[in-house]
Amino acid sequence: MNRFDFIRPTSLADAVAAGTSPGSVYLAAGTNLIDLMKIGVTRPERVIDISRLPGLDRIEWLPDGSVRIGALVRNSDLAYDKRFAAAYPAVAEALLSGASAQLRNAATVGGNLLQRTRCAYFQDTASACNRREPGSGCDALQGENRLHAVLGWTEQCIATHPSDFCVPLAALDAMVEIEGQDGRRELPIGALHRLPDAHGATESVLAPGDLITGLRLSESTAFAAHARYVKLRERTSYAFAIVSAVALLSMDGDRIKASRLALGGVAAKPWRASAAEAALVGQRATREAFERAATAALGDARPSGDNAFKITLAHRILVRALTLAHQGTPKVLPALPASPFPDPHSPAPKGDLHVA
Amino acid sequence: MSPEISSHQAAPSETKAAANRYGSNAGQPLTRRDGLLKVTGRATYAADNHPEGLVFAVTAVSRIARGRVRAMNIDAAKAHPGVIDVLTPANRPPLSHDPDEKMPPFGFRVEVLQDDGVRYANQPIALVIAETLEAATEGAVLLDPQYDVEPARVDRATGLRFDPPGVGVGGDPSTAYGDLDAGFSQAAVTLEGEYETPPQYHNAMEPHAVVAEWDGDRVTLDMPNQALAMSCASYAAFFGIPVENVTIRSPFLGGGFGSKAIINGPQILAILAARMLKRPVKLVLTRAQMYGPVGHRGQTWQKLRLGMDSDGQLTALHHRSMSATSAFEDFLEPAANASLPLYASPAILVEHEGLRLDTGTPGPMRAPGEASGSAALEVAIDEAAEACGMDPLAFRLKNYAETEPGTGKPFSSKALRTCYAQGAARFGWSRRPLSPGQMRDENGLLVGWGMGTAVFHCPHFPAEARATLRADGTALVETGAADMGQGAWTALAQIAAEALGLDADQVEFHAGLSTLPDAGVAGGSAHTASAGLALHQAGGDAIARLTDLAVNDPQSPLFGAGNIGVIARRGRLYRRDDEARHESYAQILARSGQSEIIGTAKSARDPAVASDHALYSHGAVFAEVKIDPDLGQIRTTRLVGAFAAGRVINPRLVQSQYFGGMIWGLSFALHEEAVTDKRTGRIMNADLAEYRVPVNADIPPLEAILVDEEDAIVNPIGVKGVGEIGITGTVGAIANAVWHATGKRIRKFPIRIEDML
Repeated sequence: MNRFDFIRPTSLADAVAAGTSPGSVYLAAGTNLIDLMKIGVTRPERVIDISRLPGLDRIEWLPDGSVRIGALVRNSDLAYDKRFAAAYPAVAEALLSGASAQLRNAATVGGNLLQRTRCAYFQDTASACNRREPGSGCDALQGENRLHAVLGWTEQCIATHPSDFCVPLAALDAMVEIEGQDGRRELPIGALHRLPDAHGATESVLAPGDLITGLRLSESTAFAAHARYVKLRERTSYAFAIVSAVALLSMDGDRIKASRLALGGVAAKPWRASAAEAALVGQRATREAFERAATAALGDARPSGDNAFKITLAHRILVRALTLAHQGTPKVLPALPASPFPDPHSPAPKGDLHVA
Repeated sequence: MSPEISSHQAAPSETKAAANRYGSNAGQPLTRRDGLLKVTGRATYAADNHPEGLVFAVTAVSRIARGRVRAMNIDAAKAHPGVIDVLTPANRPPLSHDPDEKMPPFGFRVEVLQDDGVRYANQPIALVIAETLEAATEGAVLLDPQYDVEPARVDRATGLRFDPPGVGVGGDPSTAYGDLDAGFSQAAVTLEGEYETPPQYHNAMEPHAVVAEWDGDRVTLDMPNQALAMSCASYAAFFGIPVENVTIRSPFLGGGFGSKAIINGPQILAILAARMLKRPVKLVLTRAQMYGPVGHRGQTWQKLRLGMDSDGQLTALHHRSMSATSAFEDFLEPAANASLPLYASPAILVEHEGLRLDTGTPGPMRAPGEASGSAALEVAIDEAAEACGMDPLAFRLKNYAETEPGTGKPFSSKALRTCYAQGAARFGWSRRPLSPGQMRDENGLLVGWGMGTAVFHCPHFPAEARATLRADGTALVETGAADMGQGAWTALAQIAAEALGLDADQVEFHAGLSTLPDAGVAGGSAHTASAGLALHQAGGDAIARLTDLAVNDPQSPLFGAGNIGVIARRGRLYRRDDEARHESYAQILARSGQSEIIGTAKSARDPAVASDHALYSHGAVFAEVKIDPDLGQIRTTRLVGAFAAGRVINPRLVQSQYFGGMIWGLSFALHEEAVTDKRTGRIMNADLAEYRVPVNADIPPLEAILVDEEDAIVNPIGVKGVGEIGITGTVGAIANAVWHATGKRIRKFPIRIEDML
């Protein structure tokens, strides 16, 4: 690890002023940053500890029914907040399916949004990576890439965004509050992360010094009764998604009034499936309708390497998320959140969940 | 048991009949003697040592797999605040042993900066020593090595094939019994399959570490080590000092799995740096640095060909493994040998081919050979049963080996039939449909049942021990055993207590230190038997000496009992034919005027035992998997093993060993794999986030049935090994269950989600 300056500002303004100078990074829980510093992917000149900035660790309910979540709220504190989990059950489920209990107890909401890709070539400083070193190339393209992107990638970068939390946030159009050099502004989360283009792989639209201070989720009671996040992974816990999906349904009898859908593990950003949402409006909640929606969601998908199976899985996980969401939000969070396996403590699911 | 031992054999306990022969301690499920220390953080591991004046060493490692280091920026590293020195091939002080020469019996060629060549990724190419770990780490980065790169050979297409002179540690590369061609010509059904197992890494929780401190030409090494005496000899050779000048302290290991039995380059370099700087040096490998210089389970590509007659009886069995090794060493996973001891075929041929890759040298890793080989064999057996239209258990029983195949030697004991029966009954195997894809659970998940046979051989290492009976009637027992976490501190003390006729809490047990008597290697599942036999005999020796005092002392109630014999129990000697006549150890010692009595032993296997018998532990593993039919996600939902491994010293610890093996088998079947970039030879998942071992939530309720097995032949204490066998049947059982659930026969491990689509 290189030598760096460590400062601990006491106000947001001081933090942003410090963060604006080149080579600066913000440190909250450090669950991602410290690892990257240890392996040399990030070599900051100055680490700005924001973990003790006042006022960023609160969950506030606003008069219009929306909620503001401070950037320093811990992942597990948010997931286990009873009111939050009742209002946004799929967000809580996504949070609890991420990382490990120890990491969730430390990791912050703001940090989760900005966690870096788990692409092995990004983490390996001896490999070419346009994300780590713009213009150096992408060694993942011809490398070990079975878990890489199937949507929105270019030859500049085929990495995926690893967050579970961001997937339902994308579906819910969360607003991201940012403090920057020119004051406060906000963005929908869909505009925060950037996909690679023909020239490079810039990860976000944030400018030097920009600091995420919180998130806002608008009132979404309409979706709370039919909300699920489902995640496929290579072991039952402590693994990033091979693919994941969130499905939020607003039902009118057996017809779908509206839906919010997004996929995880498929692209450089949480992937909002707008075409699939449109395909479901006014439809009866049937397996066939879900299949059509999944087909619409993955119309542009193409393998970036040895990963065509991920397109199949992404399709199926979306159908599964829709099926489970239609069955209804579980009264209590499953013991294994987001697992496709039935919860041993819940009644067996019914309906067309399992079709051979 | 030999007569002189049985004359003062420990007395029966009051507990259940099966344990009666074994006294009050062995056979009891004691909890770990070191448990409290460990759960309270007071057990000190090697890296917990901080001698005065300590400095820190960090290896710089190669980022290419083949070529040479052209340049390093040593000035930049040395200029970094806190950096003391940088060891490179240019200034590395000489060693007294040529690192390019093997060091028998288990020592491999090691990479200790003997030249600028690079032979694998993560090879040490320099050692940076600094006042702090952080400074040494950054110094290694600042070296910024430049390379002349040659293409990496890391797959089957580019590796160099060779006919190996041996496999494993000194094993024959091929073994043939019977007429293979005749066997196949008689076959009504012939089955062929190709199987692949990946490179796997030990990933002990505790990384390899050393704290080395010199005092003149004597050195003290705090390091996790599975083979104290052997390692002392190796270090003595490398540093040109008498073996008694090397002290290794290794009270606790955070896992070893074979990787801490072999001398490795980074530890040698740290010891060298300590001598050069005349300051104690600490080196702790990072997780990533363990993927190279400290061994792994080499990749295999195996071919199996089985012939069966119309009754499902094997007529021929041919198992060929291509096993990968490094470009500069020869250790080969003896995978095909897994087909030698298990199934009765009149003709068996096992053979190995070597494949040189630009990787670190593989080495023994929990069940070396057996794990990879039985993974392939047990799937092939399942396929053979399928081809014959037979239940896999019925097929195995049909081909049950009553004597060792090929040699015809009798087994010293073999309760495998009981393992099959008890495991199958417990699992409910008789309800299994023959065809795949027949079972669904209440949620519509595909359900499959599979089984595998477990087997592991019983090596035995020479070992020594010392038992001291003290004036107060308690004992001190000493041997240089290694507790890798398996419970040696506890099980070995139980054996010693039994031999001494004392309760375990009357026995102070010392181990994990090289100045103690040599306890051999904690490997090959042989430690309890090897060190245990030495302890048993040392205890017997002490009791025999005590008995001599008593029976020859006219003042003792035991006077004159020499020809009749005495029984040692609970700190007293009892006259065998009249238990009303007895005397405590303390009384005997007090009257004799001796403050203590020391018994010693040097134990080894009787060569005739191995030449006349086949020595193996056996078991049967039954697995249930459930698979989501849409998503392909696999979960093991039940795992039942039944194992027969001779006498059980501590059923709690033995069950724990079986569980650990079975979990590793599950990991082998469904999770573990080191992923290598084929262009660079770098391992791309060298951390515990991406090298996936199972988490608790992946592990179903486990059952390990301890099948009774008496073995009066294998060694005088009747103990076989339990440390490795659990992995061997489990891999195949799970793969076979996956087939039974889906009809998909996967022959490449680990089985992945895309294999199910």
